Amino acid sequence: MVTDNKPPLISINVDGVEHQVVAGTNLVDALAKIGKEVPHYCYHPKLTIAGNCRMCLVELGSPMRDRATNEVILENGKPKIGWQPKPAIACATNVSPGLHVKLDSPEVKACREGVTEMLLLNHPLDCPICDQAGECKLQEFSAEYGKGYSRYVDEKNAKPKKTRLGPRVTLDDERCILCSRCVRFCNDIAKDPVLGFVNRGSFNTLTCFPGKELNNNYSLNTVDICPVGALTSTDFRFKMRVWFLKKTPSICTESSVGVNTTIWSREGKIYRITPRQNDAVNDTWMADSGRELYKQVEDAHRITSASVKGTKTSVDIAFNTASEIIKSGHLAIVGSGHLTVEEQYLLSDLAKKHSAKTYVPAHTGKGDGMLISEDHTPNFRGALVTGLTQNAAVDLKALSSDIESGKVKSLLICREDVTTLGLSAQLLSKVRVIVIATHKNATTDTAEVVLPGLTVFERSGSFINCQFRLQSFVQAIPGPAGTLPDSSYLARFAGLNVNSLWKELAQHVPALAGLAHGKIPEDGVVIDSSKWSSLTFPEGRLLKFAPAGVTA
Amino acid sequence: MSAVERPLIYANLRKPGYSIDIDCYIKHGGYEALKKAVAMKPDEVCKEVEISGLRGRGGAGFPTGMKWKFLDRKSGKPCYLVVNADESEPGTFKDRQIIYKDPHQMLEGIAITAWAIQAKQIFIYIRGEFQHGAKILENAIAEAKAKGFLGNNILGSGYSCDVVVHRGGGCYVCGEETGLIESLEGKRGYPRIKPPYFPAVLGVYNCPTIVNNAETLAQVKHVLTFGGAEFAKIGIPGDSGTHIWGVSGLVKRPGLYEIEAGKATFGQLLYDFCGGPLEGRTFKAIIPGGSSTKILKFGERFKGKLPNGQEFDWALEDIPLDSNSIAACGTGLGTGGTIVIDDSVEMIQALSNLNAFYAHETCGQCTPCREGSLWLSRVSKRITTGGGLESDVSLLLDIANQVAGRTICAHGEAVAWPVQSAVPKFKDEYLDSIKRRQNGDFVSPLKLI
Ligand SMILES: Cc1cc2nc3c(=O)[nH]c(=O)nc-3n(C[C@H](O)[C@H](O)[C@H](O)COP(=O)(O)O)c2cc1C
Ligand code: SF4
Ligand code: SF4
Ligand code: SF4
Ligand code: FES
Repeated sequence: MVTDNKPPLISINVDGVEHQVVAGTNLVDALAKIGKEVPHYCYHPKLTIAGNCRMCLVELGSPMRDRATNEVILENGKPKIGWQPKPAIACATNVSPGLHVKLDSPEVKACREGVTEMLLLNHPLDCPICDQAGECKLQEFSAEYGKGYSRYVDEKNAKPKKTRLGPRVTLDDERCILCSRCVRFCNDIAKDPVLGFVNRGSFNTLTCFPGKELNNNYSLNTVDICPVGALTSTDFRFKMRVWFLKKTPSICTESSVGVNTTIWSREGKIYRITPRQNDAVNDTWMADSGRELYKQVEDAHRITSASVKGTKTSVDIAFNTASEIIKSGHLAIVGSGHLTVEEQYLLSDLAKKHSAKTYVPAHTGKGDGMLISEDHTPNFRGALVTGLTQNAAVDLKALSSDIESGKVKSLLICREDVTTLGLSAQLLSKVRVIVIATHKNATTDTAEVVLPGLTVFERSGSFINCQFRLQSFVQAIPGPAGTLPDSSYLARFAGLNVNSLWKELAQHVPALAGLAHGKIPEDGVVIDSSKWSSLTFPEGRLLKFAPAGVTA
Repeated sequence: MSAVERPLIYANLRKPGYSIDIDCYIKHGGYEALKKAVAMKPDEVCKEVEISGLRGRGGAGFPTGMKWKFLDRKSGKPCYLVVNADESEPGTFKDRQIIYKDPHQMLEGIAITAWAIQAKQIFIYIRGEFQHGAKILENAIAEAKAKGFLGNNILGSGYSCDVVVHRGGGCYVCGEETGLIESLEGKRGYPRIKPPYFPAVLGVYNCPTIVNNAETLAQVKHVLTFGGAEFAKIGIPGDSGTHIWGVSGLVKRPGLYEIEAGKATFGQLLYDFCGGPLEGRTFKAIIPGGSSTKILKFGERFKGKLPNGQEFDWALEDIPLDSNSIAACGTGLGTGGTIVIDDSVEMIQALSNLNAFYAHETCGQCTPCREGSLWLSRVSKRITTGGGLESDVSLLLDIANQVAGRTICAHGEAVAWPVQSAVPKFKDEYLDSIKRRQNGDFVSPLKLI
């Protein structure tokens, strides 16, 4: 499955020094790989080439060949280099053997300084109130490559400062450098061509086509890729300066795609979620809906303390009552695809120790063919891998009759509202119920013991996505005071040590052999899934996934 | 030696009673060249054009036969012929004459070219303002189709090719071939990056496309009439055929003059054909080939070497009217639209006017051209309204230097060249204008305007 075909390397010459780069790659990317920055605005590795900002101009040359013989012409024993008479854009150049590049010649410096000066002429320089300040390419490149002063004394263009492009995106046209990244994203990636330019020349203005709005579920990616503060997230606008924010790598829980994300927080409060590049999973994109998930942290229904029989108690008292229920026997367990691999393993172990039947309900729904799959949980594959379930689709009918018949007398439910899955509150009242949950619902209302759970942002762990890719995330913010991660309750129920959990996992779960939470690569690792190859999964084709039997 | 005109393109349309209907054209030998062409193999027609040495009349003077050779035939995609009739370069009005007065001449050249490159479809992209011209063409196309010169089974050859007339949206840059293609496809006229979008490889709908100027295609008809080798004898080696000089501005007889390449000088054009300056005036400068070419100043000496090694030392009046000689003087033949400026013109006003044009016509795609053109316009306008600074003269030059050579299309050069050429040549006058206008003296030194 995992191929190790190393792409061929070729030699290129950068400012007189030979470097090895991957053949055929984009020059901007190839140079970035060897630590050389080519400043650029319009170029984006995941978009079509526009070549309009002209910031990436470099000097290019290649070995000259004799017209008659096609032999490379030598000069002092070295190939004679024919330099192109005009600077060329690096972003529309692919590396080829013997390519010569000047990045630091007076001409290239003059090009960058010129473009920078031009971009700033009509720019409002709102930096003190601009959301982009601190992560603005125009700011960075002006400092790095600009003149440092302005020669412009004439009037500046005035353009709309606050255009609502759609429900989530607000545009400041004066800050727009007309790089067309957002337009290309909408046309080519979101397949929702609603943005375009109107007017002429320097008065060009980005706008939504008449009668349309930017309302697709990927609209906020335009904000991410906008190199300046023109496109802003209406949610994040004017809330926080970015340099105060802490970045934590995370995984989106919206579906089994496992979109890689970054959580931006300050002092225990999350301000925004943005995509984190993973070319095997989500490229540089994520859905708008996933970015809203942080709002669950401070949701009005959030459970912030333990309770027994509806009365708030300390976690210790609730935990002891729960332990007693578990020990009383006739236990069944409802696990979840929202649990982490670690939590699922603990539950699976607990089930074995108490001969409890386990259920992991499927949550399927509509997918979008992009980054939201038909499986609306992030870790259903984890439940299979950890042995918490054997089936791809599980319902709770058997559990229902086991309760009716008195076979099951106690029930441990993790992160599921079983009342929406066919178990009525009345049925639940027949058994003693322990719930670990983050938010109040009909199940928590009837449970004897409620243990407060932590959101994905408040705990660490790992998920296995639809590609059987194991990906880890770490805690971004602390949970509510007095709460513990699910894994610590579950480990205590199972009599295991949380700290040596991965040792256990690596030892007892064959697919995870040799792995550990801290050792999972940034872009995840695909584990052996042959054991489940006969199962049918709900996912259809996605950005980076095709179901078995469908060619990618 | 007194120079004479040698009308080729304009030969018929100047005749009294000559009309645009197809019978008149046929009476004057029309469509005979097409008959000759379809009797030949397409490759042979291409060869004739190559031998003829014909160079494009759209401004860049690119050899037409060579352009056709670049057509990517391996792709297996259909190829298209696009006729550039957008004629928007200030000072240029030669194609309009052909379209309005002798449309069949152009259509015949188009049909020959379509046959030669085996085009699947022809698009004529005509300047939006040529509303009537578009109607004339539509009508002429219908006539030509009825007689089997275009459309289905052209002259019984089994080859069919239809023609669409597309009116432009009204922007100068839509005349740039890749901007034109975008506009033709129904998009904003944003020129494309080259590489990879060379029209001969990735043109209309990303299919191989030949874009030729309207007059170039009219010339193709004459290449076939004469035969390539005979056509090459008109004009001089390296620049064959005739050039249509569209002289406008401050001369006694502005107008269109068709002259064999290299067979007259600017002096002859301006004095013999155009009758010299207006009463009481003297010539000051010309912009030789449409506003985007570099300005030439009277009184300058032009020294250097021609491509054939011949050394020269010319006054403006001595420069021969062929592309190599004009290029050797640091400017270009362009479209042959010569704009004449005399001593009544204050140069800063002329420059300000041009700068305003380019700032309005830039597509605004790439940073240097978009911002540079407006900056140039604002600075020069500020000078004319009395707010100039002495440093503005070098600033103008510096801005222009930041535009040329760094943009997607040649509009960048069009923005820069007038400034890059005029500032060094008229620096003192600009400084004088700045100072005078600062002091509220807005009247030109000659007090003529
Ligand atoms: C800004 C700009 C405007 C142009 N406008 C025209 C035009 O109006 N008509 C034209 O024939 N060529 C125009 N051209 C030149 C075309 O790009 C192209 O070179 C020409 O159509 C090729 O035809 P030719 O090979 O027959 O000369 C323009 C070029 C530029 C850069
Ligand atoms: S976009 Fe960048 S340069 Fe412009 S105002 Fe915002 S932070 Fe400043
Ligand atoms: S809004 Fe941003 S991404 Fe879109 S064109 Fe302007 S600068 Fe580029
Ligand atoms: S050079 Fe000017 S006209 Fe040409 S693409 Fe760039 S901005 Fe547009
Ligand atoms: S990055 Fe904008 S032109 Fe290359």
